[in-house]
Amino acid sequence: MAEAVAKSRPMDLRIRLEPRLDEPPRWFPVVLSIAAIVVALIIGGIVIRAAGGDPLRSYAHIAKASFGSLGVLSDTIVKATPILLAALACSVAFRMRLWNIGAEGQFIMGAFGASAIVLGPVLPAETSRWIFIPVMALAGMAAGAAWGFIPGYLKAKLNVNEIISSLMLNYIAVAWVNFWIFAVWTEGGFQMSHTFPKAAWLPRLSDYAKSFPLFAGLTTHLGLLLGIIAAIILWIVIYRSRWGYEIRLIGDNPSAARYAGINIVRNTVLVMMVSGALAGLGGMSEVTGVVHRLQTSPINAGYGFTGIIVAWLAKLNPLVTIIVSILFGALILAGREIQPSGVPKMIQGIILVCLIASDFFLRYRVRVIRAASED
Amino acid sequence: MNFIDILQAGVASGTVLLFATVGELLAERSGVLNLGVEGMMLIGAMSAYSIGVRLDDPWLGVLVAMIVAGLLSQIHAFISIGLQADQVVSGLALTFVGTGVSLVLGEGLSKSGAVSLLPSWSVPGLSAIPFLGPIFFTNQSVLVYVGYLLIPLTWYFINRTRPGLHLRAVGEFPAAADALGINVFSMRYAYVFVGGMLAGLAGATISLAVSPGWFSELTTGGQGWIAVGLVIFAQWNPWRAAAGSYAFGALRRLILDIQGPTMLLGLRNPFYYEPRLGFFLQMIPYAFTIIVLVIGSRESMRKRIGAPAALGEPYIRGERGK
Repeated sequence: MAEAVAKSRPMDLRIRLEPRLDEPPRWFPVVLSIAAIVVALIIGGIVIRAAGGDPLRSYAHIAKASFGSLGVLSDTIVKATPILLAALACSVAFRMRLWNIGAEGQFIMGAFGASAIVLGPVLPAETSRWIFIPVMALAGMAAGAAWGFIPGYLKAKLNVNEIISSLMLNYIAVAWVNFWIFAVWTEGGFQMSHTFPKAAWLPRLSDYAKSFPLFAGLTTHLGLLLGIIAAIILWIVIYRSRWGYEIRLIGDNPSAARYAGINIVRNTVLVMMVSGALAGLGGMSEVTGVVHRLQTSPINAGYGFTGIIVAWLAKLNPLVTIIVSILFGALILAGREIQPSGVPKMIQGIILVCLIASDFFLRYRVRVIRAASED
Repeated sequence: MNFIDILQAGVASGTVLLFATVGELLAERSGVLNLGVEGMMLIGAMSAYSIGVRLDDPWLGVLVAMIVAGLLSQIHAFISIGLQADQVVSGLALTFVGTGVSLVLGEGLSKSGAVSLLPSWSVPGLSAIPFLGPIFFTNQSVLVYVGYLLIPLTWYFINRTRPGLHLRAVGEFPAAADALGINVFSMRYAYVFVGGMLAGLAGATISLAVSPGWFSELTTGGQGWIAVGLVIFAQWNPWRAAAGSYAFGALRRLILDIQGPTMLLGLRNPFYYEPRLGFFLQMIPYAFTIIVLVIGSRESMRKRIGAPAALGEPYIRGERGK
């Protein structure tokens, strides 16, 4: 690439690319990511314009509808919660270079597992909230982990491509949940279950409005706390534990890991199960914190796919994931109202493209030099 | 429910997968894994249908679909070949972009009226062959016949021609190919473009021939991903890719049609009397893809057939090749 020389006018300067030999400064990746998002928004604006919309108004609308007041900020955080858990699921798998594209399906299965506790019914409706919530969380994580186990096991034992198998399981999860809500738990023939008893709802801030008047009408629920705790635990596991070191080593250099005696087969299955469990917890949080009934359409809204982008944007760092999730929560929350309706999805895609393109500048340095000095 | 009718419709619906699979196969043979097939198919389906609606010319629709999807594929080519980024993430990003742009530009398209579709023909003589004639050569869309020609041509091109030899060299050992004076970069760009064009053609085959219309993401319904899986099953061989595509096409039709009749093989049709079983029918193509992947990877382990050696690896000049 060093030969990629472009002439620029009017001064006789040349732009030259050369490989970076040293680590870039710490601030550089952050600035680069922000620049990539700005470029993505510009490109997105051009497409919105081409489709007959007004990009500036769309973006202003997104900002106002997601951060404009305490109420909408709370709604933004509600949207960010499932994204956060799905992104954590993706980041732990991607860290080992396991491409779990099935967070979406694991998320849906998590919602199913948690709902089964109420709808089964496994626990009676009069059960205390403090028994309901942990049992539902465990059931959601178990269902997600089971859904993650399948591609993990197939990858580890039979060398089956996990990208395709985990993605196929997304479609199967949707059909599976549709079967249950249509054929077994249907509410009056509609494809949805009955509403869960209040004890199976995650507590919201507004539930405490009596003691804290500021919380009145705020929808942020306990799932946010679950997500933040999960992010902190995951950060400690990845960066401070022996197992985390194994995962990172397998991801960076599988043959070195093998020579070091790390069990790749076992770790592949385990990491896919942890990934599935995190996504499943996300599904549980969404179904018990927001939807309050099992229903496919609001649950398979693509949080698992957004999680992929968020994980990548956060450079697979669980703590950074929290912040990035909130930004994407804002995009999705506000995006519901802008036309054309595909805009948030498109912008997410363009952001990811710009982001991976920008990584190039982490490996190459752009230098502007005088033409004379080169000869 | 007539068995021959199902197979005939299955061939038409398998043609969609055939184009996408062969396109991905060519790109992967050059060493570039492109996971953006689903996005390229969607943008192809959308642009073909859109041109069909506005200008009432299905042929122009097919052409535009191929060009648009080919251009879209160049985003992935630039990022993974030019900027040497990870091909998995780049391909995923392409699917997101393709899906998003198709949804934005295809807004309101589903409400537009009927379009003229591509013509269907019967081949005189061949259609009279018992059993095979009605399935393969009677009243099939012109694109189905294009598919028949594509299979042997692709095989011949890859295995018997000089450019095909270069293609294999670039995918197996790019450093050696480079040393022989083959331009690895432009070859890879070109084959990703061809793969994109074929994915666009696959999309156009859906929206202008097999199941006409624009139904946003449901237009493709994951067929792009099935195509990526089929390439692995096919072990990068066009004949196996064709067999897999047609088998999947027939399966898709069978699942649609099996719920219709009241009697099945002389018994009460459980799928007619118990519509809730339909949800399990919907799972079958996806479950079958996983099974096919298991079969494919077991077989390639036994026969020691692998993916193109450089698949997924960016080629960087001056770094030691493998």
